[in-house]
Formats: sequence, structure tokens, C-alpha cells
Amino acid sequence: MKTLTVSVVTPDGPVLEDAYEMVSCKAESGELGILPGHIPLVAPLTISAVRLKKEGHSDHIAVSGGFLEVRPDKVTILAQSAEKPGDIDIERARKAKERAERRLQEKQDDVDFKRAEIALKRAINRLKVAESK
Amino acid sequence: MASLHDIKARISSTKKTKQITSAMHMVSASKLNRAEQNAKHFVPYMEKIQEVVASIASGSMDANHPMLQSREVKKTGYLVITADRGLAGAYNSNVLRKAMNAIRSRHASPDEYTVIVFGKVGREFFKKQNAPISYEIVGLSDQPDFADIKSIANDTVNLFVNEEIDELYIYYNHFINTISQEVEEKKILPLNDLASADSKPKSSYEYEPNQEEILKVLLPQYAESLIYGAILDSKASEHAARMTAMKNATDNADELIDGLTLTFNRVRQAAITQEITEIVGGAAALE
Repeated sequence: MKTLTVSVVTPDGPVLEDAYEMVSCKAESGELGILPGHIPLVAPLTISAVRLKKEGHSDHIAVSGGFLEVRPDKVTILAQSAEKPGDIDIERARKAKERAERRLQEKQDDVDFKRAEIALKRAINRLKVAESK
Repeated sequence: MASLHDIKARISSTKKTKQITSAMHMVSASKLNRAEQNAKHFVPYMEKIQEVVASIASGSMDANHPMLQSREVKKTGYLVITADRGLAGAYNSNVLRKAMNAIRSRHASPDEYTVIVFGKVGREFFKKQNAPISYEIVGLSDQPDFADIKSIANDTVNLFVNEEIDELYIYYNHFINTISQEVEEKKILPLNDLASADSKPKSSYEYEPNQEEILKVLLPQYAESLIYGAILDSKASEHAARMTAMKNATDNADELIDGLTLTFNRVRQAAITQEITEIVGGAAALE
């Protein structure tokens, strides 16, 4: 089976670098699946889980504020934050979720609302990925 | 001449000071190590994002995102990075002097600029100068995460996006090596030297959904990471500057102690000699 090298990089350092058979992720324009030999591509990612498949099992990574750069033999995911299931602080994510929900209920101005919405998305995404382990 | 007792007291107080400065030296050395590591971790991200941005910007002639375009300058933003504490030699004063000189030479009135300041020392300085401060952040950790500065970087970039400022300069200490740091002035926004940064892109990409959408996401991220990079760099400089300053202080204390010990021994010797002379003189007078 052909593989492609996947590397996930954040400003705080590289998170992962390994060979996988397929990458599927959610870009702003919809779901994307990348197999080896894909043409060069750049796409922004939503706050979501990136799924990396290898030998019948898949690894999940929670990303936020990221985008995807594809080369025929290499996929690079650049994200403001990216975590493997084991690195996620579940307690913190749960608290962040509660906080964001509370903020969404107290109706504030638009900027705060948007921020709370994004925070909520991030927290839910983290919790989901943490469960997938 | 000072009495034996006085000299002794000075020696012991200098010794205590030396203990403190040498401890601070060691603390800074280990913090510097970490800071250098952080800066190194950041390099792959920066390189990659630069490569992608450059290839998009140079690949398309019609990329006219507002962040790429120079416009008439009505207001300038200055982002100045200082430390929260002193005791780091000329670290803070260098960067503040350079920023203040630039501001004074370019602007006649405070309406024409605004300051975004990192660190207590800088904040106090600009307050005293009555400079308009848009954002300030103090108490930043010694090893800042991207998450720590994300919101202020975001706010700063938004100042430009919302046309509150028309250009953005950043002032920080660039880390060259442990004993030398240099104040760097960088123009971050608008991003108009992107195409020249990497003249030949390595590959031409497909864009999903299209270039404009990607630039919209990518450029603010790029600007934010430039700011983060500057912060990591200046943190490394801060620890290096403090380390050097504390090393010098420790060396000076050593010198001072040596000098004082010598004086102490001389005074003691003189006192003994005098005592002997007195005893001998007294005995001779009795005979």
C-alpha cells in the first residue's frame, strides 16, 4: 500500500510526523479525502478532527485554526493548535465548554458572541477527539 | 580608615548580594535554554507558512487582499516588546529608546500613532510619555504558548483590518547569541514584500475553494505568527540579557570582595603591629 508522509505542525512545535495511507478532514468547503499522489492543494480547515488512516485503524487529531497543504507524497497540516487524543486535557475542555455555553446564553455584543461560539466549537471538538481514543 | 567591623559587614553584605545574582544567573541560563528550544520548535511552522503564503502571493497577480495592499498612512501602530522586570542590562532601554526615537521623528501629534505594548517596563514608559496605548499585556509567562498571545495578536491584526491603523511596526530584541542582542525594527503590515521573500515557489497549488478565501484565513494567521515569532525571539533575548547582566554583577561582587578582604587584612595587620609596638614601648618604659 502506498503511503504519504503526514506532518502536523503548530507554533508550539511539531505534533506528529508519520506515514499514513489516507487523510480525511473537514475543510471549509466540505469533507476532503487525500490519498497518495494527490495534486498540490491548499485548503483551510474548520475546527474539526483530522482522521489519519493506517493499516486498518485511524488516528484522530483535534485541530483548530489550521490549513492543509498537500503535495503528491506529503501532507502538512499547519494549525494554531493541534492535539492527539492522549494530549487533550479533558477537564479543561469540559470547563471551557461550560464557560462558552454560559456566555452564549448571556446575550452580549457580537464580538463576544462569536468568540464564545468558536470557543464552544473548539471544546466540543476536543472532547469528541478525546473520546475517540 | 574604616574599622575592622565595618569592613567585615560590607564583605558579608556583598557576599549575600553575590549569592542572589549568581542564583539569578543560573535561573536565567536554564530559562534561556527553554526559550531557545521554543524558538527552535516554532521554526518549521514559520517556514511552512511563509512558503505557502509566498507561493500564493507570487503565483497570482490578482491577489488583492487588503492586508497585502499599502494604503495612505493616517495612523501607525507600534508594537513594542519589553520585559516585565528590569535587571537585564540595557535590554528594555534599548528597545524603548529605538521605538521612541522613531515615533518622535515620524509623528508630530499623538493622534498619528498608537502603541501596543508587551511588558510592565514598556507600559510604564509609554504611560509616562503620554503615548496612546491600544493594547497592553503584562505578566506574560517566560515560556509563552501560542494560546497565551493569540488574542492580543488577533486584536492587533484586527486594528489593521478595521483600518484603525494603516501600518504596523514591531520593535523587539533579536537574539543573536548569548552575549549579543540587537534591537530589530520590522514592518509587519501591510505584507507587501511577500513575493520577494521567496521568488521561485516550489509548487503551484490548487486552491480549495479559491485563493481569496484562503488568503482571508491565511494572512491573519501569518501576521499573528510573525508577532509570535518576535515574542519568542525577544523572550530568548531577555533571558540572555539577564543572564549576562547577572554574570557581570557576580563577577563585580567577586572583585569587590577580593578588594575588601585585602583591606581587611591590612587593617588587621596594622592593628596588631600597633598593639605590639605599644606593649614593647610600655615594657621599655618600665625598665
